[in-house]
Amino acid sequence: MPFTRDQMAARLAADVPEGWCVNLGIGIPTLVANHVQGREVIFQSENGVIGMGPAPQKGQEDPWLINAGKQLITLARGASFVGHADSFAMIRGGHIDLCVLGAFEVAENGDLANWATSENDTAPAVGGAMDLAAGAKRLWVVMEHTTKDGRPKLVERCGYPLTGLRCVRRVYTNLAVIDVLPEKGFVLVDLAPGVTLDEVRAKSGAVIHTN
Amino acid sequence: MINKIVQSVAEALAGVKDGSTVLIGGFGSVGQADVLIEGLIEQGAKDLTAVLNNAGVGRVGVARLMELGRVRRIVCSFPRSSDPVVFETLYREGKIELEIVPQGTLAERIRAAGAGIPAFYTATAAGTLLEQGKEAREFDGKRYVMERALKGDVALIEAWEADRWGNLTYRGSGANFNPVMAMAADLTIAQVQHIRELGELHPHMIMTPGVYVNRVVQVDRGGDWVKPEQR
Repeated sequence: MPFTRDQMAARLAADVPEGWCVNLGIGIPTLVANHVQGREVIFQSENGVIGMGPAPQKGQEDPWLINAGKQLITLARGASFVGHADSFAMIRGGHIDLCVLGAFEVAENGDLANWATSENDTAPAVGGAMDLAAGAKRLWVVMEHTTKDGRPKLVERCGYPLTGLRCVRRVYTNLAVIDVLPEKGFVLVDLAPGVTLDEVRAKSGAVIHTN
Repeated sequence: MINKIVQSVAEALAGVKDGSTVLIGGFGSVGQADVLIEGLIEQGAKDLTAVLNNAGVGRVGVARLMELGRVRRIVCSFPRSSDPVVFETLYREGKIELEIVPQGTLAERIRAAGAGIPAFYTATAAGTLLEQGKEAREFDGKRYVMERALKGDVALIEAWEADRWGNLTYRGSGANFNPVMAMAADLTIAQVQHIRELGELHPHMIMTPGVYVNRVVQVDRGGDWVKPEQR
């Protein structure tokens, strides 16, 4: 059985050690915060919240507290606020241990495409993705293994406009966990329960190596 | 006596000229000076360049300003929102210019303007489409893009408290772009919910010193009032 979105987030969260400062992108990455119980992990939100807590209980919402996805949040004990210039100095200055983003495509050289497609006429929206790709100490991608119509998202070279070059270190999909190594390309770490290496290879647009 | 507090929104926005570059704080609606934006709609300045993170929601505020044809150009990181109907229509019809800037580069370009730095190098966007037309340079074997400072004629700020010197505090995640934009405009105008006596704000709580602020207008909605789109 391939992983659900929540299971993908949980699988990724299992690899986050205590003490890291982590920035989560919009979508599946946001779910990662629900799966680090028992570890002190500092979640940074690009709009200047350092130390996000869980989503508020009903009736406890504070309309002045939102995350990058503009959802209502709470603060963790020890949280602090900064303005945008300082928040992005933190991101661009290499102080974020891990950034988790979604993606349209990841290439075997670590290139990331996640901000613009040529398929529609709506304006592209980059947000903080390029800053995170360039500035975080490590970047992990969590995404479905293929597009809705079955095209591979793990590719030899990205076809969509790039967000960052050679920046992705690891990819978590509904089928597998795959490292992106500078000299080697995609290397399997492990498979979702019941998923075979052949299936992963068949649904990938680049070679999947094994150690 | 220094007193930057003005008595009306109209007075706060007096003198904003056609063709101005307007820095608008806020991340989504949190920390966005909705009353000053309404005031700018009333005030009438046109041919504006709006610099802000998001391109407006629904048909109110910045979206309304755009719908009225008053914004020639928008500089932002994320034109999409939950309901970007006005912007997307104008953009599709070629009636508004868009400059997409990575969010951190946007903040830093504004900071640079406020700090007297004409340009800087950043790794953000190196090797991407957003590097095009810009100078790039290697430092210690890594590629960087040169970005120019982004200065405003006017900045519209939402803060929580102010005193007559124009010192500002913010609430929750409502600071976001406001402190950096307050530094970077010739005319910085703040909408605040509370006016405090001079000396009442703790110096450590003041995130924007009044030196950066020209005018303060109180929008007293009583206690913990929050704008509908922020509820």
